[in-house]
Amino acid sequence: MNKEVIVIGAGAAGMESAGQLANEGFSVKIFEKDESPGGHLKGWYHLFPNRRDSVEVMDYLLDVIDRKEIELLTNTTVTKVSKKDGKFVVTTTQNKEYNADAIIVTTGFDLFRSERKEEYGYGIYDNVITSAELEKMFRNGNLRCTDGRIPQKVGFIHCVGSRDEKVGNFYCSKLCCVSAVKQAIEIREHVPESNVFCFYMDIRMGGSGYEELYRESQQKYGVNYIRGKVSEVAENYEGKLVLKVEDTLVGKPLKMEFDMLVLMVGMEMSESGKELAVNSGLLTGENRFFAPADHHFGSNKGNVDGIFYAGACTATMNLTETLAHARSAVDDVVDYFRRKK
Amino acid sequence: MSDFGYVLLKNRHIDYEANDKRIAEYIYAREPSFGYCMECGCCAGTCTSGNFTHLSLREINILIKRGETSTIKEQIDKCMLCGKCTLVCPRGVNTRNIIILAGEAIQKLEANEL
Amino acid sequence: MNFELFVIPFNIGLYFIIFYVVYRSVVWFLDLSRQDKLRLQRGFFGRAFWQSIKEIFSESLLHRKIWKTNARLGYMHTSLAFGWFLLIIFGTIEADLFGTSHLNPPYKAIFFKYFHPEPARSGIEVAYAFLMDLILAYILSGLFLAVLKRFSSKSVGMKKTTKLLTLDKVALTSLWLVFPSRLLAESFTSGAYGSGSFLTGSLGNALASFLPAEQLAYPFWWLYSLSLGTFFILLPLTRYMHIPIELFLIFARNSGIKTGDQKGSYTDIQIYSCSSCGICIDACQLSFSAGINNIQTAYLLKGIRENIDVTDIVPNCLMCGRCEAKCPVGIEIMPIRMIQRRENIYLPSERKLLKRYFPDRKKSPAPKPPVPPSYSWIPEGRSEKAKVIYFAGCMSHLTPTIKKSMLSIFEAAGVDYTFVDEEGGVCCGRPLMLSGQTKKARELISYNSKLFYETGADMLVTSCPICYKVFKESYKLGIDIMHHTQYIKKLINDDALKLNFMHKTVSYHSPCDLGRGSGVYDEPKYVLSYVARLQETEFEDENSLCCGGSLANTKIDNPTRALIAKDAARELTKNRPDYLVTACPLCKKTFGAVTETDVVDISELVAQVIVVPQAKRLMSNSPIMRKKKVTVKNNC
Repeated sequence: MNKEVIVIGAGAAGMESAGQLANEGFSVKIFEKDESPGGHLKGWYHLFPNRRDSVEVMDYLLDVIDRKEIELLTNTTVTKVSKKDGKFVVTTTQNKEYNADAIIVTTGFDLFRSERKEEYGYGIYDNVITSAELEKMFRNGNLRCTDGRIPQKVGFIHCVGSRDEKVGNFYCSKLCCVSAVKQAIEIREHVPESNVFCFYMDIRMGGSGYEELYRESQQKYGVNYIRGKVSEVAENYEGKLVLKVEDTLVGKPLKMEFDMLVLMVGMEMSESGKELAVNSGLLTGENRFFAPADHHFGSNKGNVDGIFYAGACTATMNLTETLAHARSAVDDVVDYFRRKK
Repeated sequence: MSDFGYVLLKNRHIDYEANDKRIAEYIYAREPSFGYCMECGCCAGTCTSGNFTHLSLREINILIKRGETSTIKEQIDKCMLCGKCTLVCPRGVNTRNIIILAGEAIQKLEANEL
Repeated sequence: MNFELFVIPFNIGLYFIIFYVVYRSVVWFLDLSRQDKLRLQRGFFGRAFWQSIKEIFSESLLHRKIWKTNARLGYMHTSLAFGWFLLIIFGTIEADLFGTSHLNPPYKAIFFKYFHPEPARSGIEVAYAFLMDLILAYILSGLFLAVLKRFSSKSVGMKKTTKLLTLDKVALTSLWLVFPSRLLAESFTSGAYGSGSFLTGSLGNALASFLPAEQLAYPFWWLYSLSLGTFFILLPLTRYMHIPIELFLIFARNSGIKTGDQKGSYTDIQIYSCSSCGICIDACQLSFSAGINNIQTAYLLKGIRENIDVTDIVPNCLMCGRCEAKCPVGIEIMPIRMIQRRENIYLPSERKLLKRYFPDRKKSPAPKPPVPPSYSWIPEGRSEKAKVIYFAGCMSHLTPTIKKSMLSIFEAAGVDYTFVDEEGGVCCGRPLMLSGQTKKARELISYNSKLFYETGADMLVTSCPICYKVFKESYKLGIDIMHHTQYIKKLINDDALKLNFMHKTVSYHSPCDLGRGSGVYDEPKYVLSYVARLQETEFEDENSLCCGGSLANTKIDNPTRALIAKDAARELTKNRPDYLVTACPLCKKTFGAVTETDVVDISELVAQVIVVPQAKRLMSNSPIMRKKKVTVKNNC
């Protein structure tokens, strides 16, 4: 049984599924548009909820794909997949074609472009940053405002690009709440004298250990939570960021000044995924992610038999779910070949 | 046990069954997005009038739904209809129409036309 | 043979309608304000009269504007109006030249063939009969299109056609019957006498070959007269009233009468002048992008005419002005809609027939009881002295890039300015105006006016077209008012602003309140061409689209707005520009939500390409400059 499977995307889902495919005896090619594997994991500092260093997970995944059955092709973007006589042809931007017996799409997500939420001032005011940029600051050990000061007062704005009809995203990105809690804790660790405020609509702590982390952030780290979606951000003459928000539980508008504001950006279908979907005739849902064949029984399947999905290209997912989803995609691949016999 | 102890706090609870919800019904029938609000407070945070005085569309919205309408007329009158609330609302609530409809409903209520 | 019973219905109709139109015109004239009466009198003895004659010929008869919008629809209107006109003129001449007497009563011309059925005696008469047949054929061809339009509006090039009321239907049927019955009556007569030209003659011969032509002619002459009479009598209750009233409108307009902000004779005249041609429906984005087809101006005017409840139609309009720009009759739709918004109450009245023919004369509305001010709680505004006031506007606070760009433009040009609504100002009042609450709007206008006055500035610059329009129209400030696009142009022309050219392509979306609303088309394009490569779109100037975000409409929901915005954005980005540029924070926000193309305001592009002198750049980054700014703020 020397079947060839192509995995599109070498993020967490792609690497994990590649490893599992190799375990099942397939030969695997992974295509990655970046110059190195890892996807969004590369930019992360510590992971929620147990705050494990992301490098540990990265090392594990690199080990997973480090075997002779798996070939990794970086700097290669797949633009199209087509099916011919039960076989698949994968076309890349270099206009090369590769054959495969089955495909797993793991094109993942892009972070919401915060410029689209102009009233929050990203790209307009210094010190309005995204959660991803904050992770990089943590990683580099350089948590500072643009003028070099150490931020004393930091605000987290939840739901930037999620649950917002005005940017066309109706869904909840799921991870931003717990990420904010984690990052708030880390700010307090890096700058113990700092004050941290999270502005939320709902605190959604659905994952295992999340609610405990939320409680810990209050108990041990004194993180403050204010219920209200931020309406506007402006900059005053001292270069402080002023935000307008209603404190909905008090029922009054609240004005507050910050040294740094962190936008908890949501997840969107990746641009490369969108292109692949359009070119290959893969169906996408209202939320623009790949549409699974069935919500319960077919979350790894789509509208083309033999093309499977894994990870955040189908819905917003955390790392735990992504890895599990990647392994279940391999189950579907095995099943696919059994059916074809 | 008909009052479940609430009789002790007459002024401190929302007597949902007794409250007059005709204004809410009037708005629901004409502006379905009245029901989409998730109480995020974006409208009230950005409100031009709310910058100077007590005006919270979010509050008006929920008070009408609960039938607690004694104070809303005063608030509605303060609105300048500038439209910032509509522009920030993440749920696409047609906020200005709610203000207009609530005003209409109150007028009709006062004229016994509702 | 000089009289026949069947001419009676026609005569009754004709004299009734003449009496009626004169009566209504006199009432309207009497109800005009003193100034407007004077205008009309002056117009009658001046240029306006001759101008009107010219316009009546080119618009009421030839329908030049409809031709421009839609040739087939133009042909239809022209053939009916101009054709009928020719038929009457040449018919009268015919009766005079070839009849037995001169100065005949009108019916003689209309039923000429009946009274003079004999074949042509001379070459001139043959030619004349040919001409009359030709005119009739011309009208019939237009009628054919009209019937087709009723049943399939696409065939005349229109997407939608107006819905009809019962009386409209009766009137329409009688109108449709007029010319076919004339054709048949004349044909039967011609068949019986062996007269007639290519149309009536040949049709008459064909019919006479198997039908008793002489006996059949008589009932068709009756039918012809009846349909004319019915049509004339029903005319005042139908949209066909526009035929006589439009003449009055053209004359009043040329005499310089304007709609103003009160209901009155002139609004009435305009309402009656609408022919329900449906061009406003085709122009309306609510129709072609969102499928809403019952709120357009033709319906509004018809509703007012017929005293139907239009309270739902009135607020459901973007007030983008596209229909007004395209209206072939030149009805001032926006002012009429504004008046209607102020008085948006429906009083069901008894719709007795007599009342419908002779409605009560408009009385000035009873003064409303005084109401306490709504905004007395707004704290006293603080203003700094400066030469130029910058008013960003409420919406611009949600697009901080525009604010920041404008400030950097002011700084670069060394302008002495004050940013009056930096901390969030008070609304300009236009949204309240648009929802008909003029009194509340006035409160805000006087608040802002005072604030502006105290700055001692001689120039007001705003980033918001909505504010701009109301500043221009309803504020009596006595200082220059400019939208920032105009101001940037001025800075460029004054050499106060040095700009680079960016090698990007842009397409320009003209905001409704700035373009059609205030007539500012050229300055934004001038600035854009100055800094980037401006692409033409199919929707320029008067034909520009609305973004769908309009504050004027309080009734449509967000998904509907998105439909309009998506359509408009798709059209404007057809040539794949690098930027879709607008000059309004609301347009920017609305488009930003629906298109992949970057949407920017003109000020943002300009701010990106400012040439800053080296020394100044160093200064602005120095802590001294920053500190100075802080002290200014603390002092005030």
